[in-house]
Amino acid sequence: MDIDVIFKIAAVGILVSILNAVLKQSGRDELAMLTTLSGLILVLLMVAKEIVNLFNLIKTMFQF
Amino acid sequence: MEIIQVVIFSLLSTIIIVLLRAHRPEIAVQASLMAGIIIFALIVSKIAPIFDFIRIYSGKANLNIQYLPVLIKIIGIAYITEFGAEVCRDAGENGIASKVELAGKIIIAMLAVPIVTTLLELIIRIMP
Repeated sequence: MDIDVIFKIAAVGILVSILNAVLKQSGRDELAMLTTLSGLILVLLMVAKEIVNLFNLIKTMFQF
Repeated sequence: MEIIQVVIFSLLSTIIIVLLRAHRPEIAVQASLMAGIIIFALIVSKIAPIFDFIRIYSGKANLNIQYLPVLIKIIGIAYITEFGAEVCRDAGENGIASKVELAGKIIIAMLAVPIVTTLLELIIRIMP
């Protein structure tokens, strides 16, 4: 767990933005929408794993 | 010096999140969530000695040790509630944030019932 996770999320965000702009430019709005959605889900999977880690950490730390 | 590590990390992640927020607000929210988790993970190992210290000295002062786990649990619940509410509030959802805080307050009040009961029984016993 380090700063590279943040960099990864930033990279996904920037990439999705660029793809979105290119696809919108070429008139494929439905594909642009799908890229946005898939980027969101990709990041959500990364974040969900870490949230589970955080909750386990808190559970052991605060003796739930 | 952990604090320098934490500050540098938070500055970097703030810059990244501000960059993301202009184009992709939904990914910026997740990035800030991740930054919060990483900062907590950096600092969480420092809490254990404090709790040990509290436990040792409450044992030495003959305090009632059975309520200490409840107290520590309440601190944990308060932290989780604050964490969730802040993420919601950062994303602009003030309503959900205040509901999360309400849920946290109710659960803390529920956990505090045994302690308050003991206190009230003590008062009733003292009063004639």
